[in-house]
Amino acid sequence: MSRYLIRRLIIAIPSLLGISAVLFMILALAPGDPFGELASNPAVPPAVAAALRAKFGLDDPIMLRYWHWLIAMLHGDWGFSFVSRVDVDTLILQRLPTTLIIIGASQVLALLIALPVGIYAAIRPYSLFDQVASTLAFVGFSLPTFFTGIVLILVFSITLDWLPFVYRTDISATGLAGIWDHIRQALMPVAVLGLFQGASWTRFVRSAVLDVVRLDHVTTARAKGLKERVVVTKHIVRNGLIPVVTLVALQMPIVFSGAIVTEQIFRIPGIGSLLIASILANDTPVIMAVTFVFACLVILFNLLADILYGWLDPRIAYR
Amino acid sequence: MNERDLRNLIEAVRRGTLSRRGFISRMIGLGLTAPLAAQMLLHSGVAMAAFDPGYKPTKRGGGGPLRVLWWQGPTLLNPHFAVGTKDQDASHIFYEPLAGWDPDGNLVPFLAAEIPTIENGSLAEDGKSVTWKLKQGVTWHDGKPFTADDCVFNWEYAADPATATYDIATYKDIKVSKIDDHAIRIDFPKATPYWADAFVGVRGMLIPRHVFEPYKGAKSREAPANLAPVGTGPYQFVEFRPGDLVRGKLNPNYHEPNKPYFDTIEMKGGGDAVSAARAVLQTGEYDYAWNLQVEEEILARLEKAGKGRTQIIPGGNIEHIQLNNTDPWTEVDGERSSLKTTHPFLTDPAVRKAINLLVDKDSVEKYIYGRAGQATANFLNNPERYRSKNTSYQFSIDKAVKLLDDGGWKPGPDGVRQKDGKKLKIVYQTSINSPRQKTQAIVKQACERAGISVELKAVTASVFFSSDVANPDTYSHFYTDIQMYTTTMTQPDPALFMIQFASWEAATKENKWQGRNITRWRNDEYDKLYHESEGELDPVKRAAMFIAMNDLVINNVVVVPVVYRPGVAALAKGLHAPLSGWDSDLWDLRDWYRET
Repeated sequence: MSRYLIRRLIIAIPSLLGISAVLFMILALAPGDPFGELASNPAVPPAVAAALRAKFGLDDPIMLRYWHWLIAMLHGDWGFSFVSRVDVDTLILQRLPTTLIIIGASQVLALLIALPVGIYAAIRPYSLFDQVASTLAFVGFSLPTFFTGIVLILVFSITLDWLPFVYRTDISATGLAGIWDHIRQALMPVAVLGLFQGASWTRFVRSAVLDVVRLDHVTTARAKGLKERVVVTKHIVRNGLIPVVTLVALQMPIVFSGAIVTEQIFRIPGIGSLLIASILANDTPVIMAVTFVFACLVILFNLLADILYGWLDPRIAYR
Repeated sequence: MNERDLRNLIEAVRRGTLSRRGFISRMIGLGLTAPLAAQMLLHSGVAMAAFDPGYKPTKRGGGGPLRVLWWQGPTLLNPHFAVGTKDQDASHIFYEPLAGWDPDGNLVPFLAAEIPTIENGSLAEDGKSVTWKLKQGVTWHDGKPFTADDCVFNWEYAADPATATYDIATYKDIKVSKIDDHAIRIDFPKATPYWADAFVGVRGMLIPRHVFEPYKGAKSREAPANLAPVGTGPYQFVEFRPGDLVRGKLNPNYHEPNKPYFDTIEMKGGGDAVSAARAVLQTGEYDYAWNLQVEEEILARLEKAGKGRTQIIPGGNIEHIQLNNTDPWTEVDGERSSLKTTHPFLTDPAVRKAINLLVDKDSVEKYIYGRAGQATANFLNNPERYRSKNTSYQFSIDKAVKLLDDGGWKPGPDGVRQKDGKKLKIVYQTSINSPRQKTQAIVKQACERAGISVELKAVTASVFFSSDVANPDTYSHFYTDIQMYTTTMTQPDPALFMIQFASWEAATKENKWQGRNITRWRNDEYDKLYHESEGELDPVKRAAMFIAMNDLVINNVVVVPVVYRPGVAALAKGLHAPLSGWDSDLWDLRDWYRET
């Protein structure tokens, strides 16, 4: 197993290099540049924009720029945003807690919905509960998040005035009142994301468990006279959820990229909105840093999912 | 309207038969700016009405939090590097200039003790120098005193090409010298009518010398104060997250008594304009939202909730359609739309005038922009539907058809007009933006009815407005027949707007398409007038020249102005906030208060 692990890690390095090279080339070839806004301002002489381009090395050949970036990255210097003149790692760290809280909470909510509903629906297939749950799940992942987000805002913020719809990172109240304020403002975005994710996971859990429920060992367990609860937890769930665990592990990197649309609607300052804002502003260092970290996380979690799968399922062997 | 007419109007103001406000609106109707109009009155000796902000509270503080929403989040807090109005506005919370522009175009002193005029001797008659007296007793947020050394430092900092500030054009040709601790003198290389550029308004916010001295030149980007400002403004810095949030708290040592009213200020960024309008007008979560590019019917609906109001701020933005004078479809030396070519049919006056008649500005105003876009005939500002005697607009497909017929453009077998083998087929580009696409559809419909075939093109905004040399879709490359956008950044003086038609500014491959004359129009009379206006010190004569330049542009149909776009902001009920279209939205933040 450890040989497998080491082999995977060694393969990861050229993958990451390849990914970063492709990303960099695409960004370099893409139209637009970070000093575009200067061009439409008649008061700024063109020499200033040209001087800035030279200063940030934007006129160097692509390979040279990639090389500089790579060396800097290996030294831990993630670069310097053209637009806001801040170190990129400061920018990312400022936004990380918000992303982790909101998106993390939504993943937890999704799991809390998907597991019980999916398992119960699979144990009683085609019952009323199952029909209703399946329909709601279809509706849930068909409706896009910007639609549900706006509907929730219209209902809870504007009509009922129960919840604020602009996310504030600077709630100053401490203690219980502060926590309550945080919960109130996070409720809608977490619900939007969690329900969307939960809907698709419900279907997946249901089909995974359904595969196990009809197997012989479950019938045997029931015939032995075991309580239903024990049959479910010890025999069905343990076997049926292996693919679900893999799926959840593979979707973890999404936490990092955030939910871009939801962040726009609720003005949540997360990594997703940072990525979109820097793409639109052609702020290359930030885009590179965020996408590169995302690529690393994807590779890491792929590895994790593979190992977890092998650990949970004794039928899998590593070679 | 020539110089004599202008002087007659000024006389009417002096006699009292025309109000100052009326005069300024007329000037704006002719295509000038309020600051220039105010200068005209001042020069002719008509007394200035002092700006009254209407500030009522009698003690400092106690107003609670002020929450403002800028749907483009500010990304840095150094005014010299401010790219768009969002950065300028965020900097204005903490920094102040020597003077600002009020909505009527008058100068209001902030860090200056008084406004320089010829009467008080601070403004030289030959226009080559101006002396500013600085206010006494002003301190920076860290307690150090504000002196003339800071002004001189700002000049050196901004004028240094290695610093690469965005306001370098304002500072590089002047010379600033210290007279004593509270007075400076600015010397201009030649007679400068627009002397109130350096240290005034959005390009004049002052940064402290003792904080930024070690970070001049190439090291300017490393200054920690770029993200943690120390200024003289009504609020002190608390926190800044680029793209997201700016927070400030009351400055207890602010140099005006009983100001500011609010205890803290929070400026949040991100999202879109419509939800920003909702946050102020419907849910009341925020007190002020900036630059609401929202369709009229949505705004009207939101206002009905009664929690706030929208305010229209007259300023200088004009949405216009440019007609290419060169041929975008022929390549010369690797360059399209080259000065060496001429457009096959857009240089024909009949075609130009016809296109002018085919833009239905009233519909664009009524159905798309509403209060936020007023139909206009002039390239320079027109906040009222005042029709200048010289220019007027009209929408008439029949007249356009007649013009084309008379010009020899007969419809071919496919319905598209042609003459000498040239067909009237145009490609019309603009940025991606819902009101703009709707405007394109309106114009296309009218053109097709007149026999002009139109192909629409929409480019994503960050590409269209970029200065990328290699990209053929930018507005400065202008590789299509006509294009449409708004010239941005309110300018207090018309000169910077009008330079966009000077022939030496034509955008070419040689200057990497950074010339500011995008239409590539060249006209000797215009150039001559422009050069004259650069040195003309009498504001009335200068105004007459600008009006004549505007008329040249309009009568030759170099551009077709569509709608004049004032600023639109939403304010919560009870919030009293003096706004000016010639300066930042937060130019007078110290005078904001809430009626209880």
